[in-house]
Amino acid sequence: MNSDKYQEGLLISAIQNGTVIDHITGGEALIVLRILGITGSTNECVSVATNVVSSALGRKDVVKIENRELKDEEVDRIALIAPKATINIIRERRVVEKKGVDIPDTLIGVLRCPNPCCITNTNEPVSSRFSVQGKRLICDYCDTVIGSDISSHII
Amino acid sequence: MRHYISIRDLDRNQIDHLIDRAARIAVYGADAQPLKRKILGLLFFEPSTRTRMSFESAMLRLGGSCMNLGGVEVSSMAKGETLADTIRVVSGYADTIVLRHPKVGAARLASEFADVPVINGGDGAGQHPSQTLIDLYTIHQSMPLDRIKIGLVGDLMYGRTTHSLAYALTRYNAEIHAISPKGLGLPESLKHDLREAGCEVIEHDSIEEIIRDLDVLYVTRFQRERFPDPASFFDVAASYRITPSLLQGVKDNLILLHPLPRVDEIDPAVDSLPYARYFQQARNGVPVRMAMLLEVMQ
Repeated sequence: MNSDKYQEGLLISAIQNGTVIDHITGGEALIVLRILGITGSTNECVSVATNVVSSALGRKDVVKIENRELKDEEVDRIALIAPKATINIIRERRVVEKKGVDIPDTLIGVLRCPNPCCITNTNEPVSSRFSVQGKRLICDYCDTVIGSDISSHII
Repeated sequence: MRHYISIRDLDRNQIDHLIDRAARIAVYGADAQPLKRKILGLLFFEPSTRTRMSFESAMLRLGGSCMNLGGVEVSSMAKGETLADTIRVVSGYADTIVLRHPKVGAARLASEFADVPVINGGDGAGQHPSQTLIDLYTIHQSMPLDRIKIGLVGDLMYGRTTHSLAYALTRYNAEIHAISPKGLGLPESLKHDLREAGCEVIEHDSIEEIIRDLDVLYVTRFQRERFPDPASFFDVAASYRITPSLLQGVKDNLILLHPLPRVDEIDPAVDSLPYARYFQQARNGVPVRMAMLLEVMQ
């Protein structure tokens, strides 16, 4: 038996319907939950495993969310902090869709620009917009570069 | 519809074309009133002398008219109107808008809401493309732009004119010498971009160590508020001041530029030396901005 599945099976039971986010970078699961807006006061039934042994990643996190299928924009957000994550859509206990995450060329309304003087941090009717260039995210309005600690800028 | 938001939006051919057009205007003038009945909207949300007046002069010389926003305190911005709404409204009144705004990225935003061309007249610490075109044009009057050795002096961390000029010079394979005190050097992201574009960037603490090798020395102002105390500001300002004695032994064809206004960065005794080109640079604002206005309105 695959060691990943063995560990996972011990920690989290299968779900009937919903989404399993696998291969999240070890220790990042709580950030994924924050990105998805899942807090203690929301209604989703969520299972989280952190630092599970993974043959591919060494350590990984897994998040299972019942009765919720992720939207593309939510997947974009996850890709920023967990570029190796896989998204499994579950219906009637079967995986009906399995996809990797992919950072798009442009991120609209996903990140808050760290430059307090950027026009997107005012009451103007625009969303933030970042161009993705390798590991650098560049604000299309003020050219500010986000190169690290991306999760702290996610809206 | 053509906007001028950032010098990075222009490739070498487009820059060369504008410089050539400005040069023809400077020599021959423009055709008779090519922008007659056109209106330029000047939306200046922060103080400016050279940019506002030279755009106004350029428009009047082309036969057009200018419409001023006036002070921010008497505009609808004071009532809380967004810039986006102001731009949408003024788009109905003017054929082109020149925007100066304290927020970075304001001109990019304006271009997304305007029905007419927008020219960035400087947005916060961001871009100022017409100033960069003036700088390039002034250098071009003295030497070919290719492979120049240029020293950028001053507050290189926050100085938008030096950032824009550095980006533009990547199109001409310049060798850039960044001269500034520690903590006010070029931002890491900018250096990354310049080197990525194949431009050589060398950093220096003092002007003396490099000035004799330079073709162009571009001086900018230190801003007092960047320094923790007045004494450190005066120390730094004094050690980066351009004086006649500092210029001894430089190349005969060195040119000295400054976007102005200057405070103490250049000794007035330098003004009469053949290196000084900063007032010529300011005058060049008119033909360069005439060329830009013709590009967007003709």
